[in-house]
Parts: sequence; C-alpha cells; structure tokens
Amino acid sequence: MHPERVYFYGTCLVDLFYPEAGMAGIRLLRRAGVEVLFPDGQTCCGQPAFNCGYWEEARGVARSQVALFPLDIPVVLPSGSCAGMMRNHYPELFHGEPDEARVRAFSGRVFELTQFLVDVLEVKLEDLGEPVKVTWHSSCHALRDLGLAGQPQALLGQLANVEVAPLARERECCGFGGTFSVRHPEISGAMACDKAADAVATGASRVLSTDGGCLLNVQGALEAKGAALRAQHIAEFLWERTHAR
Amino acid sequence: MHAETGFRESAAQALGDPQIRANFRRAMDGLMAKRAAQFPDPADLQALRSLGTAIRARSLLKLPELLEQLEASCLRNGIQVHWARTCEEGNELILGLLRARGATRLVKGKSMVSEEMGLNHFLEEHGVEALESDLGEYIIQLDQETPSHIIMPAIHKNKTQIARQFSQKIKDAKYTEDVDELTALARKVLRRKFLEADAGLSGVNFAVADTGTLCLVENEGNGRMSTHVPALHIAVMGLEKVVETLEDVAPLYALLTRSATGQAVSTYLNLVRGPRGPGELDGPREVHLVILDNGRSRIYADPQLRATLRCIRCGACMNHCPVYTRVGGHAYQAVYPGPIGKILTPQMEGVGVRHELLHGSSLCGACSEVCPVEIPIPEIIVRLRREATHRDPGSSVEGRGTGRTATEDLAWRVWAAVLSRPGAYRFAAWCATRFRNLIPGGLPLLKAWTLARGKPVPARRSLQERVREEGIPHG
Ligand code: SF4
Repeated sequence: MHPERVYFYGTCLVDLFYPEAGMAGIRLLRRAGVEVLFPDGQTCCGQPAFNCGYWEEARGVARSQVALFPLDIPVVLPSGSCAGMMRNHYPELFHGEPDEARVRAFSGRVFELTQFLVDVLEVKLEDLGEPVKVTWHSSCHALRDLGLAGQPQALLGQLANVEVAPLARERECCGFGGTFSVRHPEISGAMACDKAADAVATGASRVLSTDGGCLLNVQGALEAKGAALRAQHIAEFLWERTHAR
Repeated sequence: MHAETGFRESAAQALGDPQIRANFRRAMDGLMAKRAAQFPDPADLQALRSLGTAIRARSLLKLPELLEQLEASCLRNGIQVHWARTCEEGNELILGLLRARGATRLVKGKSMVSEEMGLNHFLEEHGVEALESDLGEYIIQLDQETPSHIIMPAIHKNKTQIARQFSQKIKDAKYTEDVDELTALARKVLRRKFLEADAGLSGVNFAVADTGTLCLVENEGNGRMSTHVPALHIAVMGLEKVVETLEDVAPLYALLTRSATGQAVSTYLNLVRGPRGPGELDGPREVHLVILDNGRSRIYADPQLRATLRCIRCGACMNHCPVYTRVGGHAYQAVYPGPIGKILTPQMEGVGVRHELLHGSSLCGACSEVCPVEIPIPEIIVRLRREATHRDPGSSVEGRGTGRTATEDLAWRVWAAVLSRPGAYRFAAWCATRFRNLIPGGLPLLKAWTLARGKPVPARRSLQERVREEGIPHG
C-alpha cells in the first residue's frame, strides 16, 4: 500500500544541527511520489526527560507533539531514536492517562525514514555519483529499541558506486546516549574516541548513520582527532548520490 | 564495600589508566568472540533463550512454594537449611556453624553471595582464616582486592602483574611469566590448604526444589574440592536461585557456560545431594545450606523489577557493555558490576545513593540483547531513575525519591516549558542558529561535552526555517 500523504517530523537535533538531512528526507519521500506535510510547532519527542525518569515533563512535551498530527497518515522521522521513543515508549508513558488510546493510535503510525523508504515505499535508487568508500554505524536505539533490521544497509546496497567498508565493532555504542554524554563525559568521550578511531581505520571518507545524536558525537570526536573523515546523515548522503544536479 | 568516591571519579581514574583499559578491551573482545562462536544460529539461540527465560520466570512465579519445597527436599537428603534475612545474619550464622565445630580454617569455592556478605572480612575479624581457592579469587585475595567481574574476578590483571605478585607474596616462589607454572604454583599452595581445612564453603548456581540438589558450575576442580574434602560443607545462595526440577537445569546450564566464557560445557558440574552416606568413602560429613534474602524479597514483590532476579550470573551483560569495557569492574564500587550491577545494586542499597550509577549507562541495550534470560536492563534502569526522583506511593523501592535535587528539577521544568510551547522553542532555536558561533564553550554542559569532542555548532538556519522557505505544506 503506497500512501498518498505522510507527515514529516523533523526532531530537535535534525532541526538545529542537520537541517540538510531533514530536507533530504523530505525530498526522498516526495520523489517517491508521496506528498509531505510538515506541521508547524514541532519541538522534541520528549525522550531526554523520559529516559531520566521525569515522566510528567516528558508527557507534557509529548502531548503537545501528538496534537500536531491529527490525520490518520504515517509520521516519518529521520531518527531511529526518536521513532523508537514515539513508537514504543509513548504507549508506556501514557499508560492509564485519559488520552492513552489517542496516543497509541499515533504511535502505530510512526516510522523511521529508511524503514519507511524500504518497507513501505520499496524505493529503487539509482546512483549518480562517483565511486566512494563509506562506512556504517548503527544507532543503538534504532537497532535495539526500534528494531531497525538492515533497511539502511539495503538502501546503501542499491548504490552501484558506493563501497561500504565494514566498521570494527559496528554495533557498539558511540557513547552519545543523550544525557549520558553530559553526565558521564569522560566515559562517553572515551567511547566516542574509540568509535572515531575505528571509523578512521576503515579508510572511508564518510561514516553514515540514521541518528543525529550519533552524528554529533562521532563528528565531535573526529574533529578532536583532526580526522578528514566526516560523519553524515544517511538521508543527506542518499539524496546527494541520487539526484541530478 | 561502600563508595567513598563516586562512580564518576573512579571511572575517570580507570579511564586514565592505559593498562586497565587495554586489559579490559582485550579480554572483552575475546569473550564476545567466544560467545558468538557458541551461538552460530540466531534462531537456535533465540529458542534456547526463550526456554531459559520461561524457566526462570516460572521458578520466580512459584518462588515461595519452591523455597519451601527445597527446604523439605534438602532436609530429606540430610542437608540442613538456614535462612538469613540480612548479610549480618548470614555472617553470624556461618560463624556460628564454624565455631560450634571448632573450625578455624575455611576453604572457599567461588561465591558472589559471600562477597555480597563481606564474609571473608567478617570471618577474619573473628579468627577464622577464609581462603579463596578459585584461581582468580585467590589472585585478588593475595592483593586484598575485590573481584572486578562476577565470573573472572581477576580479569583486570595481566600475566605480568600476576607473575610479579606471586613472586612477592607466595613463599619460596621464583619469578616466572609462564602461565602453566603460575597455575601450578597456586595449585601447590591450595592443595595443602584443601587437606588442612576444617570446612569448605561454596556458592550455588541452581538449587533444585524437587530433588534437593545443589548444582555448582566450575572449571578448576576447586569447587569439587571445597565441597567434598573438608568434613563440613556450607553452601550459600541468594533465595532466587531455586528451580523446579532437574530438567530445568540443563538449558540454563547450556546458556550459562556459553554466555559466560563461550564454553559448550564447563569442566566440572557438581551436583551435591547431601552428606556422605553410610559406606561411602568420600564427601563431607555435614552439609548446610544458607539462603540469603538481602533485599531480594522486596525486589520479588514488584512485578516489573522481579525480572532482575531471573539473572543466572553469567556475566555476558558486562562482557558486552561498552561502559564496563572502558572502566572495568572496580569503578562501580559494587559487588556486582556492569549492567546487572547497575540494576541490582541500587535496588539493594537504595536508588538515591546509587543515583550516579544509574546514570552511567547510555541505554544502548547491548546487555539485554545478550542476556540469556532476557532481562530488560535498560527498561529497569529507566524505571529506577524515575524511582530515584519520585516518591510513588505504590512502590517499595529502597530510597525512592531521595535522589532528587532542586537544580535538576528546575532544569527539567524549564525544559518542558520551552518544548511544549512552540513559540518558545522557535525563539530558542532562532537564537541558537543566529548566535551559533557565540555560544560560550564554557557553559557547564558544553564544557563537559567538549572534553573529548569538538564543540557542536548549530546550523545556520533550522530545518523549520528551510521548510517554510521551500513552501512545504503544514497540513
Ligand atoms: S543480567 Fe543476564 S547477562 Fe547479566 S549476568 Fe545476569 S543473566 Fe547474565
């Protein structure tokens, strides 16, 4: 079933740090023949407060966001972590609340971008770029919380001129973990540095991911190392490779 | 055992020690590879995990009943059963047993519950020598250290460190870095101790309610020696260790050895069914089982937290934990380190005092992904973080509500106020993007972040601004 219209949810990190990735996500969806609606008033999915145990505060923010998506159409996010929050944790967060049913219905419509492109839209990509070597880092939340199962890799696999170099300890956390990175900066920093070193060792020119948090963290560590390698959101990369200039 | 410095400081200290970091990274990479090799087929692994989870969940569901049954079966087998509500009670009980028999020399097989009780220290204060006979435990006992891993207590040390230590602390020992020679050296010391000991103490991996059998998994034979050579054998276990029948043991055992050390089977599996019978030539004359609560019945009472007690102490969660790999077991300053320790310790000692520990997780989920009995560790961490800052009337978590600070409270309130008002968010976003280069790197949170990373700089224009310019419909 190919939906006609979807909502796009930008997420706070994409909004502030990776707007290009957001635009690329919207363009990929539009090119696949879907009309994209971007409701005004988007802020944050509420995950930081939820993970820290401040559920009342998380609920307040979540409630304000759910209200922005009244139509019964899919909600697509360029972030596995926020998608996991909205899809799997909203029902828990609103358990026993008067609006539980409404929130559950919303959660059932939430998709991560690559998941939506592969599973629902079954997009076929044509690579228009020069040969390039990239490497792939999975976001822990996309992988284990949301349960992303190879969709990003499937998309990259469609690109004829893109070589994906295996990243050592690919499934190991980069150390972002939201508030973890500021509460335990030493441990988090050590994890980010190791991830950056593993990425550099692949010889790739970019390390790709689905999540703004990982990108911010790994990019920060790469900069501290003075590495030429750059972290990039997969949506931005996919768009870059597949649109005629 | 209590923390003098916080998790954060001790973690930072460990991070600054390249030797520790290298030792752990090497050891954990090896253990992860070994486990993976034992589970080549994901479907088989999942089938076995589901079985293991079901067995542990069923055992816990019937826990009170099974404990009664265990007591009756043990008594039938001639094993005397004792109950200890607290660690102090457990220590006194054991001391009483030893004193009544004039025992002053105790050899110990590996037992995390006895670590939990601080038994060695207690006994030594009361004139009983307690000698660890597991090689790893022996190594750390020589240095008066605590275990840094629940399966491999001395994993933080490398060969050279152990060689140096043995040559200094064992009488007449020559310096050697040959692993076989080092092992032989320890064995020589320990063999004599086994023969001289008045009593042996061991842990219990599974206690079978139906038959009154105590199962002990081990690799060195020291478990067999401490349970069979001395005339008096004392087994200690947490009250959650009970399973229903012997059939339950097989899948749990298969999960335990593979998850822990990547072995298909361990070298030894001891099944203790009671003291030496008439006409038998070996085995202890007396067997006692001490069953410890220490907060477990409180954990048991909460349906969500109860999953914590499914744990079979395989250590896979720590082997796969990126935080544990970086800082090692001692940084946690707890008997049980790593992910399982992160949920068990605060439940035993109180969520308020262990607030920092609860936040030392990126919630990456590697632990629950490998846990053979599928304990949802990240979920429980989030639950406990909530308990630390809220005083839910229905909850019985120790120390709930005591981790709350005014600053943090205020921070979350401001956060929620900004993010549930689109206008406020838009203004904040506008400021962040317009003054992107002016944001001072010295801001408290940013400063911490930039210890090891470049400063994150917001984009020139936010996505919402871009979307508006491109005329994407709002809906
Ligand atoms: S929590 Fe799971 S993985 Fe960790 S020690 Fe217990 S059983 Fe093993």
